[in-house]
Amino acid sequence: MANGTTTANGVKGTVNGKPGAGQQLLDWVDARFPLTVLWKSQIADYYAPKNMNFWYFFGSLALLVLVNQIVTGIFLTMNYKPDANLAFASVEYIMREVPYGWLIRYMHSTGASAFFIVVYLHMFRGLMYGSFRKPRELTWIFGVLIFLALMAEAFFGYLLPWGQMSYWGAQVIVNLFGAIPVIGEDLAVWIRGDFVVGDATLNRFFAFHVIAIPLVLVGLVAAHLIALHETGSNNPDGVEIKKLKDPKTGHPVDGIPFHPYYTVKDLFGASIFLILFSLVVFFAPELGGYFLEHNNFIPADPLKTPSHIAPVWYFTPYYSILRATTESVMPWLAAFVALVALLTAISVRRKWARLLALGIGAVLVVGFFALEAKVWGVVLMGVSVLIFFALPWLDKSPVKSIRYKGPIFKTMLALFVISFIVLGYLGILPPTPIGTIVSQVFMFVYFGFFLLMPWYSAIDSHKPEPKRVTG
Amino acid sequence: MMKKLLAAAALAAPLAALSLATPALASEGGARLEHAPIDVRDLASLQSGAKTFVNYCLNCHSASLVRYTQLRDIGLSDDQIRDYLIFNGGKVGELMTVSMPRKDAKEWFGAVPPDLSVTARSRGADWLYSYLRGFYRDPATLTGWNNTVYPNVGMPHPMWELQGERTLVHDDNGGEGHGALAAAPTFDVTRPGKLTPTEYDATVRDLTNFMVWMAEPHQLKRREMGMWVLMGLAVLTFVSWLLYKNYWKDVH
Repeated sequence: MANGTTTANGVKGTVNGKPGAGQQLLDWVDARFPLTVLWKSQIADYYAPKNMNFWYFFGSLALLVLVNQIVTGIFLTMNYKPDANLAFASVEYIMREVPYGWLIRYMHSTGASAFFIVVYLHMFRGLMYGSFRKPRELTWIFGVLIFLALMAEAFFGYLLPWGQMSYWGAQVIVNLFGAIPVIGEDLAVWIRGDFVVGDATLNRFFAFHVIAIPLVLVGLVAAHLIALHETGSNNPDGVEIKKLKDPKTGHPVDGIPFHPYYTVKDLFGASIFLILFSLVVFFAPELGGYFLEHNNFIPADPLKTPSHIAPVWYFTPYYSILRATTESVMPWLAAFVALVALLTAISVRRKWARLLALGIGAVLVVGFFALEAKVWGVVLMGVSVLIFFALPWLDKSPVKSIRYKGPIFKTMLALFVISFIVLGYLGILPPTPIGTIVSQVFMFVYFGFFLLMPWYSAIDSHKPEPKRVTG
Repeated sequence: MMKKLLAAAALAAPLAALSLATPALASEGGARLEHAPIDVRDLASLQSGAKTFVNYCLNCHSASLVRYTQLRDIGLSDDQIRDYLIFNGGKVGELMTVSMPRKDAKEWFGAVPPDLSVTARSRGADWLYSYLRGFYRDPATLTGWNNTVYPNVGMPHPMWELQGERTLVHDDNGGEGHGALAAAPTFDVTRPGKLTPTEYDATVRDLTNFMVWMAEPHQLKRREMGMWVLMGLAVLTFVSWLLYKNYWKDVH
């Protein structure tokens, strides 16, 4: 195995029995900062399962895209002007007159979409192999928080080019807060800093986009990784490699050091990713209007509402849920909530929990008819994202990985993926009567995947988990 | 193998869904658009388009995000730019602004003519090409001009001298055959222009070509650089694959 030229106690760093200059420097640092300890505990001696497959590339790729966004973002900030009169032209100035500004900007705009692609695939991996389950609940929760921060970051950033879609997209989303009873209107004004989206909004969104959210994001990524390295990585078999250790070395028999094994493997994955990324950046930066929307090349005009306002593709599944929540669907929602509340009341043992479930169910059912559907659309859109937090406590299957789960879970996961794609697709299009009905059906599939999981995962059959990973 | 295929399918499905739903470039009323036969590598066409642009568009429309010096990239020298393309005595280092005051513009046309710097990216080449070939005489409008692609447009035909005057005979637009299914509108030429229809089409093609180039002046450089980057990444992929295979050969 190739090691570095210097190690903390290595023989390689010595010259004629005396420590070499590099070794002396490392010793000096190690006496003051646990560099070697960190390197070993987090990378060189961090044992990861040897059977992590294709789906395990997306974590390191998300980190790569994060670095890309931060680095390109810094350079964009040097020339961007967060001023309603200058913003649009300053972006084009970057595209035209800043040396390689076009490259930096396309890397950033493509990176935004790439971030969501890799994060969605990363989350799907978690769903498949049960990575959210005990003992990795906190890794999952930090991950969902990262996802929320990422959505906020993308939303704030999308206003900055100050095109028509930037402007009206922000207007529509901020107006959603206006749907909240009593405080809604004041809240929307407080968010915008004005009665309409304007210069004040642009300035504060800029502040959120370049410093507030990135700080949170980086902190959460650190927490996500610390939690992961505490429990160790899951794997496609969902078995804990720490249960079976080599008595001589103390390392898991099915584990291999992250470095060099997964560093070289992830380098290979990153190379493939960069090829796909470059194909977009250099040959199709607008990607047919999905990564850069056509209407966003028209400067923001508060007096001209575009005929069709749709969010960027990565928000459209949730946007579809918002639009699907109409008056006509409320009775069905009430029936669905009543069903879940009753199932919960039957299943829980404690009396107070039983009453709580029925109480919440009753309040919701009454609320569905007492408040207008628009309010519930906003609530459901929020819930459709926040519901990921609950996942570790919804899955009652005795096994983690889809490899050993039964046909019900497999079917539900497939339906969930289909509903996510269909809702996303419909969210891009202008609303139609049939589209609304289809999105309503798939909205129930989406929520059913989560809210019915405690029962379908419990009654589902399963195969016994192997003792060791299967490669 | 089967699993790899499934994984590939899972990745490809959303992309396929997206390609089916490609958001159409806005054409009011879903008018039929002709394919614009442009080529941004054709310098002669770009230069011809630049000349048409400064003569027929830049009097009212600005392209204020574009600097005249950028035109060096389409094979023009500073002297050529100054002598043939700048009429208001401006310098080559200046932006392609317009001298018409915004207030006058609003009074004359009902709206300030939009800046055209990136219009090719919001409308698309096909829209521009069809729109500029879609003008006809219509006594019912304020300006006396109308357009098959942009009904009741505020702009009178800027190149009527070149194309001549026409009246609309038949247009399916808005009728049964919508969008791409509609038949091309037919016109009667009431007064021939300085150019033949073929010459006019070529002029509009060059103008469209120039506007597409102007909307993203570095697009050729972008594609060229992309080839080099891909070649570099291919080497990186090969090396990292060798590393990966070599390190992993003792993992069982």
